[in-house]
Amino acid sequence: MAVAARSLPQRRLALPGRRVRIALTWLAIVVLLALVWEGAKWFFGDPWRIHATFLGLPIDIEHTPPMPSRIARDLSLPHIWDVAGAFAEPAQRNGAPLGAILAGQAWFTFREALIGFAVGGLLGLLLGIGFVHSRLAERAFVPYVVASQTVPILAISPLIVVATKAGWVSVAIISAYLTFFPVTIAALRGLRAADPRAFELMRSYAAGKLAVLWKLRLPTSVPYLFSSLRVAAAASVIGALIGELPSGIPDGLGASLLNYNQYYTSGPERLWATIIACSILGLAFVGLVRLAETLLTRNRYRSATGA
Amino acid sequence: MSDAATMTAPVVRVSGVDKVFGTASGAVRALEGIDLAIDQTEFVSLIGPSGCGKSTLLRLIADLTAPSAGSIEVNGKPARRARLDRDYGMVFQAPVLMEWRDIARNIELPLELMGFKKAERARRSSELLKLVELEGFGGRHPWQLSGGMQQRVAIARALAFDPKLLLMDEPFGALDEMTRERMNLELMGIWTRTRTTVVFVTHSIPEAVFLSTKVVVMSARPGRVTQVIDIDLPQPRTVETREQERYFELVTEVREALRRRDDAGVPDVDRIRAEGIA
Amino acid sequence: MTLAAIRRRSASWLPPVVVFVAVLVLWEQLFLALDVKTFLIPRPSIIWAALGEQWTTLQRGLLYTGTEAILGLAAGVTLGTLAGLATARWATIRETLVPLGTGMSTIPIIAFAPIMINWFGFESQLPRITVVALMTFFPVMVNTIRGLTQVDPAAIELMDSYAASPFEVLRKVRIPNALPYWFTALRIAVTLSVIGAVVGEFFGGPLYSLGIYVTNQTGSFKYPNAWAAIVMACVLGIGLYLMAALVERIALPWRRSEGASGES
Repeated sequence: MAVAARSLPQRRLALPGRRVRIALTWLAIVVLLALVWEGAKWFFGDPWRIHATFLGLPIDIEHTPPMPSRIARDLSLPHIWDVAGAFAEPAQRNGAPLGAILAGQAWFTFREALIGFAVGGLLGLLLGIGFVHSRLAERAFVPYVVASQTVPILAISPLIVVATKAGWVSVAIISAYLTFFPVTIAALRGLRAADPRAFELMRSYAAGKLAVLWKLRLPTSVPYLFSSLRVAAAASVIGALIGELPSGIPDGLGASLLNYNQYYTSGPERLWATIIACSILGLAFVGLVRLAETLLTRNRYRSATGA
Repeated sequence: MSDAATMTAPVVRVSGVDKVFGTASGAVRALEGIDLAIDQTEFVSLIGPSGCGKSTLLRLIADLTAPSAGSIEVNGKPARRARLDRDYGMVFQAPVLMEWRDIARNIELPLELMGFKKAERARRSSELLKLVELEGFGGRHPWQLSGGMQQRVAIARALAFDPKLLLMDEPFGALDEMTRERMNLELMGIWTRTRTTVVFVTHSIPEAVFLSTKVVVMSARPGRVTQVIDIDLPQPRTVETREQERYFELVTEVREALRRRDDAGVPDVDRIRAEGIA
Repeated sequence: MTLAAIRRRSASWLPPVVVFVAVLVLWEQLFLALDVKTFLIPRPSIIWAALGEQWTTLQRGLLYTGTEAILGLAAGVTLGTLAGLATARWATIRETLVPLGTGMSTIPIIAFAPIMINWFGFESQLPRITVVALMTFFPVMVNTIRGLTQVDPAAIELMDSYAASPFEVLRKVRIPNALPYWFTALRIAVTLSVIGAVVGEFFGGPLYSLGIYVTNQTGSFKYPNAWAAIVMACVLGIGLYLMAALVERIALPWRRSEGASGES
């Protein structure tokens, strides 16, 4: 039918076309977001007036929003260009530009998240290996692994901060706490995902548990683990940010959030800039994991589809 | 076209059908010059090597895909009209049961779509459960049934609205040999009782011979009908049928028809076409 | 119920219960025997006492934070489901929204909490509700779309063979197929909702709200009180999760294994 006829040229374009389409889609989303934002400013924001001369011609444009609202005022919702400009302007008098400061803070948070990610990921994998080998341990502890995430343990973060004498360690712990869960669940699934016949083959070789783990279970779990590591990477950044909030340490994006939150009324664009920095950090970390996945599993997938 | 639909007109008429698939590496001719007519109460098997397009041919009759050339009529109407009128029931290779429905409600699915009343649906499904010998299983869920039982549910579902035509796409392909033979017997029983016209896709020679009144042998690349063999075994077919001399002769005949194509390079297309029209 | 059935049932909940009791007893007895200073991690009995002492405040806090979590959850889940239902039909929109949704889940939405608080004021519950709704919206939308579209192609073909209309396919195949996905998303959303509400309070809220209460009591070294509030937050989180799991069990009776965690 029509579908079959259409799928012919489309599929030929598939590879390069898909990338372009995704990029265009994201561009469209950003543009749409900007339009909504500035549209809100136009309708609900502050009145403005441009009074200038351009090439000798006097310009006088006035705009009064029809429905001004507190939320869209310049002090609550700055113009996009003000937020963009905030990156270049010094955060404090005679200080470094905000962009540089935020980059530094992001680097600090990234290191905490990375440690949390590594510790949590390893812990998650080890737990998964343990559960796969002991039915009783799985029965007894997996409900708590699930429960651990339903518990807003982040409420504990102030206590962890005190316990570890307020530092990046506490932040990394909280980050690890959010990270281990998806990895454990994926490991449980992935370590059992191998074909039952493959297990029988290993048994026919009289392979020990360690050999089965190393030669069969771990290799088959790689795709499962990587998809969970992407979730974990996002969670580790969120965990690091949340951990920083009550930590009292002056570094990190979480501290910046609190800091610029206090000065919001005088410079809201700095808080917005910080939020954007947080988002970029989250996306970048997940992007790094994705990159690692592509590089490490390239041969595996190619041989799988090529053969 | 549709005025040809009289009592003696074939249930399925395929004329000059080609099917070309477009893939990334170019066009593949799945079927070429297929002519076929299937009469009422016939049991016709389509057999051939994998890639000969036998399943595609069945899906064309079901109007689940459209031909690139040629025409297909079911009950004297274009295939699309027949599908919209729900003229056929179809059984797939997998049972395709909805896991959220119990067995009775799975059987009732087509009846729901056709707007039957609840009491009528329940009456039909209990009848059909009896027909496929699954009485008492109506309240179970699909995962509680074995593969053979699930496939019987699928057959019951296909028969739910008394279709004139039953299309079966390797329905027993996933079953073991013993179960398959038992299912063949049961299908024969059902067919004897209902006298529904059946088009049956298989890659098993004994199955095709045992079940059919006619076996259509196909060849691959491009998919063509190479020979149509009449199966003159007496009805009803029973366990003894498989032990008759004639049964073995026919199995050999089908096997040779399948092999002949492999040896013979390009066959005489015109001769085969002429033979292909039943 | 047969003996075997009872044994099978108890096998699933017995080990975790044993672990729970053992941990509590060990915690209590070890800390007592070793005379650990009840400074940071008080014994369970002390937390229990603090819970009783601070009950009035904690109850208010539970109600306040719980309202935020539940209202935000309701808004996010409703809107996410509607967005999924509305868009799953169109491949282009779908292919835009799914990556957007997964992209949004990598963004720490919690960072928007201070903005919301500045917009709506921190006496209001609206900032936290909005944050919770935003956090839960995307996983629900993405899973709804997945569930509606990742349907066995053979089931669609079967419906085609019955000449079923798109609406019938939606009602009889796609929506039932989406339910397990949706419930998986609901479980994720429930956990996120409590986290969002509590952490959202770190940026500001009334003194008795659980997030503020934990921070304040920690700040003034009243750890048993802080722990009591954490227990309340746990009760909220686990309670909501169990409710979601229960509804899932009732709504999906055909799912065989009790431990089925659904599709992710």
